[in-house]
Amino acid sequence: MTTGPCDRCEELLQDFLDRTLSDAEWAEAERHLDDCDYCRRRYRFEASLRRYVRTTAAERMPPGLMDKLQQLRGYHPTA
Amino acid sequence: MREPEPTEARRIAAEERDRARFEEEALALADQVYRVARRLVGTREEAEDLVQETYARAFRSWRSYTPGTNMRAWLLRILTNLNVDRGRRSQRAPQTQSLEETDYYLANKLASHVGEEALEEEAVVERLSQDAVVNALSELPPQFRDVVVLVDIGEFTYADAAQILDIPIGTVMSRLHRGRRALKAKLAEEALP
Repeated sequence: MTTGPCDRCEELLQDFLDRTLSDAEWAEAERHLDDCDYCRRRYRFEASLRRYVRTTAAERMPPGLMDKLQQLRGYHPTA
Repeated sequence: MREPEPTEARRIAAEERDRARFEEEALALADQVYRVARRLVGTREEAEDLVQETYARAFRSWRSYTPGTNMRAWLLRILTNLNVDRGRRSQRAPQTQSLEETDYYLANKLASHVGEEALEEEAVVERLSQDAVVNALSELPPQFRDVVVLVDIGEFTYADAAQILDIPIGTVMSRLHRGRRALKAKLAEEALP
C-alpha cells in the first residue's frame, strides 16, 4: 500500500500535539503543515478538540465533599 | 502513666506537623482528584465514594508518601487501584475494534457537515455537545478510558500515567492512541449521525 504525505501527517499528528516526536519527525510534520491546508485544518481541529474535551469533561467537586474529606483527617491507628 | 520525655514530645509534635502539612497538601488537590475520578466511574455518587476512600487510605498511609514527589500522581495511584479492586469501572463498553477509525475520521465527518473551511474555526468543536463528550468517554473500554482520562483530562505525563497504572510507558502510548481514536469514533457516532 502506498501512502501519501497527508497519511504520513495523520500518523504523526497526535505525537506532534503531544510533543513527543523526534526532531526529524517534528520537522517533517511542520514542513507538511506549512504547505497543506487540508492537514493544517485538521491539526487546528485536533488541538481545539483536546481543549474542548478537557474542559467539557471537567466537573467540579460536589459541595459537601470537601467537608467529608476534612473529617477523615488525623487518623490515629491506636486511638 | 509516665509523662513522655521532652525529646519524645518534640518528636511527636514534629510528626503531627508533618502529618498536618501532608493532609493540607492532599486536600488542596481534591478538586483535581475528583475531576479525574468523576470520568473514571459512571456516576457522581461513585466518584464521591471513590474520592473519600482514596483520602481515607491516603491519610492512613501518609508516611509512605515521599515529600517532594508528585502527590497528585500518588493520590491517583491509590484511587485507580481502589477503582480496579472494587470492580467499579463502568463497563458498558461494547466491542471497540469496529469503532476505531483513523485519526482524521471525526474531522472528516465534521467537515462533511459544516464544510472544509469551518473546520478551522475554534467554535466548530461546540457542535459536539457536552453530553456527547461525556458519553463517549464513559463508553470507552476501561483500559483505554483510564489512560485517556489521566492524560487528556488529568493532564498527567505518559510517565506519570505509567506509574499510576503500573504499566509500561509503551502501553500507555498505544492505549492512548487507540483510546483517542475510539473516542473520536464514538463522538462522531453520538454527535454526527
